[in-house]
Amino acid sequence: MSTATPLNDESQDKILWLDKSLDFALSSAKTLAVPIVGIIVFLILWSAAAQNINTSLGQFPGPAHVWEQFGSLYAEHQVAREKETAFYERQDIRNAKRVADDPSYVPKIRAYTGKETFIDQIFTSLITVMSGFLLAAVIAIPLGIAVGLNKTLNAAVNPIIQIFKPVSPLAWLPLVTILVSALYVTDDPMVAKAFIVSMITVTLCCLWPMVINTSVGVASIDSDLVNVSRVLRLPALKHVQKIVLPASIPMIFTGMRLSLGIAWMVLIAAEMLAQNPGLGKFVWDEFQNGSSNSLSRIMAAVVVIGMIGFLLDRGMQQLQRWLSWDKTSAAR
Amino acid sequence: MKKFKVFRCAVLATLAISSFAISSVQAEKLGYPEKDELTFGFIKLTDMAPIAIAYENGYFEEEGLYVTIEAQANWKVLLDGVIDGRLDGAHMLAGQPIAATMGYGTKAHIITPFSMDLNGNAITVSNDIWAQMKPNIPKMADGRPVHPIKADALKPVVEKYKAEGKPFNMGMVFPVSTHNYELRYWLAAGGIHPGYYAPHKGDTSGKISAEALLSVTPPPQMPSTLEAGTIYGYCVGEPWNQQAVFKGIGVPVVTDYEIWKDNPEKVFGITAEFAEKYPNTTVRLTRALIRAAMWLDEKNNANRPAAVKILSKPNYVGADYDVIANSMTGTFEYEKGDKRDVPDFNVFFRYNATYPFYSDAIWYLTQMRRWGQISDDKSDEWYFDIAKKVYRPDLYAKAAKSLIAEKKAKAEDFPDFATEDGFKDPQTHFIDDIVYDGKAPNAYINKFSIGLKKGDKI
Repeated sequence: MSTATPLNDESQDKILWLDKSLDFALSSAKTLAVPIVGIIVFLILWSAAAQNINTSLGQFPGPAHVWEQFGSLYAEHQVAREKETAFYERQDIRNAKRVADDPSYVPKIRAYTGKETFIDQIFTSLITVMSGFLLAAVIAIPLGIAVGLNKTLNAAVNPIIQIFKPVSPLAWLPLVTILVSALYVTDDPMVAKAFIVSMITVTLCCLWPMVINTSVGVASIDSDLVNVSRVLRLPALKHVQKIVLPASIPMIFTGMRLSLGIAWMVLIAAEMLAQNPGLGKFVWDEFQNGSSNSLSRIMAAVVVIGMIGFLLDRGMQQLQRWLSWDKTSAAR
Repeated sequence: MKKFKVFRCAVLATLAISSFAISSVQAEKLGYPEKDELTFGFIKLTDMAPIAIAYENGYFEEEGLYVTIEAQANWKVLLDGVIDGRLDGAHMLAGQPIAATMGYGTKAHIITPFSMDLNGNAITVSNDIWAQMKPNIPKMADGRPVHPIKADALKPVVEKYKAEGKPFNMGMVFPVSTHNYELRYWLAAGGIHPGYYAPHKGDTSGKISAEALLSVTPPPQMPSTLEAGTIYGYCVGEPWNQQAVFKGIGVPVVTDYEIWKDNPEKVFGITAEFAEKYPNTTVRLTRALIRAAMWLDEKNNANRPAAVKILSKPNYVGADYDVIANSMTGTFEYEKGDKRDVPDFNVFFRYNATYPFYSDAIWYLTQMRRWGQISDDKSDEWYFDIAKKVYRPDLYAKAAKSLIAEKKAKAEDFPDFATEDGFKDPQTHFIDDIVYDGKAPNAYINKFSIGLKKGDKI
């Protein structure tokens, strides 16, 4: 422990410095080493267990197999990109030939027709979850503030929220699919129907935690703060902007973090169920393929899904740190 | 100045006329596709190969078609996709366009310009059922069972389950699928009643007076459903029978080649509206598929290993190379280690496999009538009419003739389009030796001992 009293001696200073750096090294070693040991133990247990599990698709994949699959998934992605370039080159030649035959023809570039790779699917899922989440935030935060500020509105909306909150968004999925097919009818759609369906499903599951947390946060603002606003005679919008929002940001973010976590889980399940593009479809396709690599590829997807979920949560936490005046609230 | 203008007009006019003339000549030849960005659906089965090959070998692109190929979750999702336009065309069960056009299930006018393959299915039972069946099967000198195995060997097992009050469940892939009719044919030929449908009474489960209860399971899930014990056997396309062998969970007992030699299997389905709206696209996609089928059967199956490699990619069938290769390269493994030559297990082009014969459509219709999916008697004329509405050899002929004209195919590989009437000669190679003549559907239905006959109604 570096509790030495300061002494005007050079050697003492040095010792203190040494002591401090040792302390730092020790503590950082602790913060790093313990999780690393944890991970290593987990990997050992995993590979030991995997060796003893025989499935109809062969042995359950251990960490080494999964690692190998990351390599081959990336290689597949590279090959797909090369094919894509070749596809566009062939198309250019074909277009040029057709223009030569038929000068009135206006060449058109058609999108690559190849299959999405694992990496493409990661991005599809990320874009879907973020769009659904943002849409939910745009609806839920104003609604939550309104509900939190107004007791009557709260009483009116509360039963609806309480009933819809426990519903798994997957139960909504068939309804959403049918509604989107019925209502979203265009000849040349900007975005795919499947994307809209997944996005709305994500929105539905993000909505409720955000509304509830925002309204609770708004309703439980320190009465001193509200009084300040009264004394200053702030107009309603200014009151929301200067008092309500800053004071309830920790709760709003708690709601957002909560819902983003759920949204990510639900999205994967929704993609599996509705066969919409994304990581969930990748997992399902691999399950259907039933090849000897399928299990390790699914496991690789599971690891990636976990990592992304973790990063999303961390990202929200960081965002909260930047936006909130109460820097301690994000540490939870 | 004025003179010059007149001259320019004349030049423009001649240019316009000549370009019009050129384009009309081209239209006669074969025009550019009206719709060139297409999405085709498929189910993860080896007989989707023509679509994958047409894509991978660039046949679609050579026709100016930019095709995206998408695996579908099950046959219903696939059919709905084609009906609602999400898919432009798909690898379909032969019964699907027929049933849809007839209005059994979702009603929609679906046509087929291209038949995708012959044979390719098998019936697999679980290890436990196989052990009970085996004593009833005669053996060859080397101890291996004599093939084809008839359902007679299964009958005592089914009776035992019936006596114990346990339902004998089996899986097939769709109510109007080839597999349903093949499994029913095989069971009924061995004296096991597979049950009737009664759609006019709202009964579409097909279990009325059934001894074996058949239910729907999507092809890729067959092995896991069998493993879970939900079903005791199933009829499905490849690679899902060979996978049961590889996984050690079941034994294929009979291939559909043995039930009905060179039976028609999948078709390529599009809506009638699509074919009308995009005639050039329709002919061009048929051309690409014909070329793919030719490549698949070329030089006595020499390209099959390359095809298997493509099919084993995760975005197509995705099963292991060995599993797919087992049936695609001319052999079939029954019991583990009992690998036999079945060179025609998958036929994609030879024997006019891709020509949409009316008689094939009519066979499916007779089976729909036999099992009550068509509840009332129909005249022979009715059978011919439906077949002609759905099967479109005219479109096929157009595509094939243009390929022959461009020397991309040989005339002798196709039926003689001048004389072909779309009816195969009476076919004799059924497991129960009943002869099928497509020109007399009602007479054919009356030949079966199990099944509805003329005048019968549930």
